[in-house]
Amino acid sequence: MDLFSCDVLVVGGGGAGLRAAIAVAETDPKLRVAVISKVYPMRSHTVSAEGGAAAVIKAGDSLDEHAYDTISGGDWLSDQDAVEAFVREAPEEMLRLEHWGCPWSREPDGHIAVRPFGGMKRERTWFAADKTGFHMLHTLFQTSLKYEPVRRYDECFVTKLLVDEGRCQGVVAIELATGKVLAIAAGAVIVCTGGCGKVFPFTTNANIKNGDGMALAYRAGAPLKDMEFVQYHPTGLPFTGILITEAARSEGGWLLNKDGYRYLQDYDLGKPEPKPVLRSMELGPRDRLSQAFVKEQEKGRTLEGPYGHYVHLDVRHLGEKVIERKIPFVRELCLKYMNIDPVKEMIPVRPVVHYMMGGISTDTLGATPLRGLYAAGEAACVSINGANRLGSNSLTELLVFGARAGKAAAAFAAERVSPSPSLLAQAQDEHRRLEERFLRKTGGKEKIATLRSEMHETMETSAGIYRTESTLKEAAGQLEGLQARFEDVSLDDHSYTFNTELTAALELSFMLDVAQTIVQSALERRESRGSHQRTDHPGRDDGAFLKHSLASRGAGGHPRIEYAPVTITRWPPGQRVYGR
Amino acid sequence: MSAPAGYTPYHPRWYRRRVSVWWWLESRSYTGFVLREVTSVFVAFFALVLLWQVHALGQGPAAYSRSLARLQTPLFLALNGVALLFVLFHSVTWFNLAPTAMVVRLRGKRVPDLVIAGANYVAWLVLSAAVAAILLRG
Amino acid sequence: MPQTVTLSVARYRPEEESEPSVQTYEVPFRKDWVVLDALNYIKDQLDGSLSFRWSCRMGVCGSCGMTVNGQPRLTCASFLSAEPPGPIRVEPLRYFPVIRDLVVDITDFLTKLKKVKPWIVRQDEKPLAEGEYLQTPDQLDAYKQFSMCINCLLCYSACPIYGLEPTFIGPAAIALAQRYNQDSRDEGSAERLEILSHHDGMWQCTFVGECTKACPKHVDPAGAIQQYKLTSATHWFKTLLPWGGR
Repeated sequence: MDLFSCDVLVVGGGGAGLRAAIAVAETDPKLRVAVISKVYPMRSHTVSAEGGAAAVIKAGDSLDEHAYDTISGGDWLSDQDAVEAFVREAPEEMLRLEHWGCPWSREPDGHIAVRPFGGMKRERTWFAADKTGFHMLHTLFQTSLKYEPVRRYDECFVTKLLVDEGRCQGVVAIELATGKVLAIAAGAVIVCTGGCGKVFPFTTNANIKNGDGMALAYRAGAPLKDMEFVQYHPTGLPFTGILITEAARSEGGWLLNKDGYRYLQDYDLGKPEPKPVLRSMELGPRDRLSQAFVKEQEKGRTLEGPYGHYVHLDVRHLGEKVIERKIPFVRELCLKYMNIDPVKEMIPVRPVVHYMMGGISTDTLGATPLRGLYAAGEAACVSINGANRLGSNSLTELLVFGARAGKAAAAFAAERVSPSPSLLAQAQDEHRRLEERFLRKTGGKEKIATLRSEMHETMETSAGIYRTESTLKEAAGQLEGLQARFEDVSLDDHSYTFNTELTAALELSFMLDVAQTIVQSALERRESRGSHQRTDHPGRDDGAFLKHSLASRGAGGHPRIEYAPVTITRWPPGQRVYGR
Repeated sequence: MSAPAGYTPYHPRWYRRRVSVWWWLESRSYTGFVLREVTSVFVAFFALVLLWQVHALGQGPAAYSRSLARLQTPLFLALNGVALLFVLFHSVTWFNLAPTAMVVRLRGKRVPDLVIAGANYVAWLVLSAAVAAILLRG
Repeated sequence: MPQTVTLSVARYRPEEESEPSVQTYEVPFRKDWVVLDALNYIKDQLDGSLSFRWSCRMGVCGSCGMTVNGQPRLTCASFLSAEPPGPIRVEPLRYFPVIRDLVVDITDFLTKLKKVKPWIVRQDEKPLAEGEYLQTPDQLDAYKQFSMCINCLLCYSACPIYGLEPTFIGPAAIALAQRYNQDSRDEGSAERLEILSHHDGMWQCTFVGECTKACPKHVDPAGAIQQYKLTSATHWFKTLLPWGGR
C-alpha cells in the first residue's frame, strides 16, 4: 500500500481548501502542505456561486452593522464572537483576493463596486458580474499554482480519516485513475469538502456535494453542529434546480404569484416599492422568502408545471442593458435551459435546497474537538450563519475561515508529533473493507439509484421547508431502513480504473449518515427558528433552544443529539424585522 | 514510517488514438483551413511570375514580348486562373480573420469586427481602383 | 416525437481490452434532457459500469466535456432534441489519452497552465492597508473575456495542431496567459512572453480557429493568441531599433 506523508493535508480543493493551503504555505514555507480532492480543484462547487461576497468597504457602512445583519439573519443562533471576527477580517481577505487578481466589478472611478443583497441593511456585496464564485475559485486556484510547497492529489477520493491516540493523523484515499488505495499521514487535516445538498432531490448543488467531509468527521468522532438548518434558495429553476442568483432580485427583480401579484407583501416583509429596498420584500432573508412560497402554494396561488409548483421572477423592467451588464449569466442560463429570455419573459422559479448552515463543529479558529482535525467553509459550522445564512456571506466565509483554519493547522503541525505506528494497519483494514464490501462483492439485490431516490423522497417530504414530529420520526425510521438495505448493494463495475460506481456507492453511504443527523437534529429541536420551521412548534423558543445541536455517532450508529450554548456578546436576542 | 513514493500521475494502460494523416478531410472547417494555408503556394507563384516579368522587361522589348507570349499560352492562362482564385480566397479569409488579431479600442470601447474587416476591404478596393486608373489611363 | 433515442457510447476497459469498443443503449427521449441526463439514465438504470465525469450540470465547472456526434461539446449543455435524428455518438474528448470509457487524462493541460504563470506578477505588492488596485470598467473589459475560461478543454479537442503536436501549449493556456498580460494590475508580460515565444508556444498556432468555435464560454482563444502574436512581433521589431528597449 502506498504511504505518503505531509504536515498539513487539506481535504477538498474549493475556495476554503485552496485558501487554507495558501495560508499554510505563507505561514511557513517549510511545511509540506497537500490538497487532496475527488475532483480537480477548478471543478469544485465554489465555481457555480454567482451573486457576490460581502465585506464592509464603503463609507457609511460599519462592521457592527454587518455583524448585526448576520446575527439577526441567523435568528440569533450565530456565535457572536465568531461573527465579530468574521466581519473584521472580511475586508482584508477580500482585498487580498483582489491583489491576487480577482476581477471584481468596478465603479467608473476604478474602486470596487458593491451591490445590495438580501437581509443586509447596507450595500456591501462585492461581485464579479454574476459569476463571483467562478472568478474567486479560478483566482485562488491559479494563485495556488504559484506556491511550490503546495502539492496536489487530484481525483483522489478520501474514504476514511485515520484517528489514533485521540488525534486525527491522516486519511485513506482511492486514487481514482488507478484504483490504488493510498494512506496519507498528516500532522493536521483540514476538511473543506463543502455541503450536502445532494441529500435532497431538488438542489442547486452539483453532483459532488454529498457531505463527504461531514460524514468522515462524524464517523471519526467529531460532532456535527446545527444540521437541521438547511437553506432553501427561493429562486431555482424547476426540474434542473439551477440557481438563479439573488443578484437578480437585488438589481430589482420581483417575485410574482399566478395573479401577477408581489405576494411577499402579505408576509410581513414590507411594502412593494418600484425600486429594491434593502431588507425588504424581495431583499428579505432567504428562509422567509422560501416559507412565503410554501404558504402561497397552500393558498393555491402558485402556478403548476410539469415539474411541480412555481412562481415568476420578473426582471423585464430592468431592461436589456442592465441585465447584460449585471446578470448576464442569468440570461444565458434561462435561454439555454428553459428557452426563455428574461428580457422579454418572466422566469419560472421555486425554492430549492442550496446551502447547509450546519456542518462539522469548529471553534472560531477552525479547530474541531478532535485534535488535529480542522474544518472550514460550508463543511464546517463555526457558527456564523446560525439558523439562516445571508446571501454573499458564505463566499467571504471561505476566505476568512479557510485562512484561519490554515494558520491554526500549520501551528499544530509545526509541533511535529510523530505519527502512531498503527496508522498503516488501520489503512490496510480500510483497504480490505473497500475490497470486500464493494469491489469484490457480488449478488446484492439493491441498486444505488433506487436507494438514493428513496432517500430523496424521504428528505423532501419530511425534512423540507416545513417539518413536523410525525413525518420526522417516519423519516428517521425510513433512513434506518435504507442504511440496512445499503448493506445489500453490489456494484456492476468491479474495475479498478476510474470506478465511478464505487464512488457513487461511497457517496451514498456518506449521504445516508448525514441525512440521519439532519433528521434527528430536526426532530429534537422543538421550536421554529430561521430555516427550521416546525408546524407543531411554531415560534422561536429562546428559553429552551437558544443553543446549538451537536450530533454525534451513538451506539448502534444512530445520531445522538446534545446541546452547546450560543456565544452572545453584544447583541441580545431580538426580533427579526424586515420591511419595517 | 513514511515512504514517500512518487504519486502516480501516469498509468501505462491509457489509450492514445493515432491522429490520421487524413485528419484534414474529417471536417469542412479543417479542409477549409488547409486550403487557406495552401494559398501561400499560389501567392508565391504570382510573386515569382511578377519577378520574372520584371526581369524580362529589364532585358529589352524583345524579351518582354516573348514573356507576354508565354503568359498567353493556355497552360499559363489556366495556371494564372487557378492562382487568381486561390489568391482571392487568401485575401478574403485574411480580411475576415483580421479583426481577431487586430483589436482597436476607441475611447475605451472595442471597435466592432465588421468595421475592421470592412476597412480592409475598402482599402483593397481603393488601392485596386487607383492601380486600375494608372494602368488604364496610359 | 420519438419515444426513445439510441446512444452509441465509446467504452474502454483497460483491464479487459487493449482497444476501445462501442456499446449502444436505448434511453427515453425527453425534450428537456441533455446528453448528460441520458448518460446518467444509462448509469443508474442500465449499466452501472459506465464511467464519465460531471458535476455542476450548468456549464460552469467544465467537467463534462466529451465528443458528441463528432464535435467537442459539454454534455450538460447538449440537448438530445438538438441532435440530428438517429443514434447519438458519445466518445471521449479527442487528442487526450483515454483512461476509461469517457474519462480522459488532463494532466498535460495542468502542467502547461502552470508553465505560463497564470497569476498576478508584480515587482512590489501594494500593502492591503492602502486598499484595492484601481481598475476602471474599461480596463476590466480588456481582459474580462479571457478570464471566462472554465478549463473544459473543448478547445484542445478541437485544435488539430494539438492533436498533431502534443507539446503545443494550447489555446486555453495561452488565452489565460493573455488574461493576465492584459490585466492592468499585472507586470509579468515580459516573463510570459519569454515562455510563450518558444516553438511550442504561441507560434505553433496556425490560426485554424476551431478553438474559438468550440468554446462554450465565448472566450475566443484564437483571438487571444493572434493578438498575442501581434504584440509579440511588434515588441520584437522594437528591439531591433537602436533605441528600442528589451
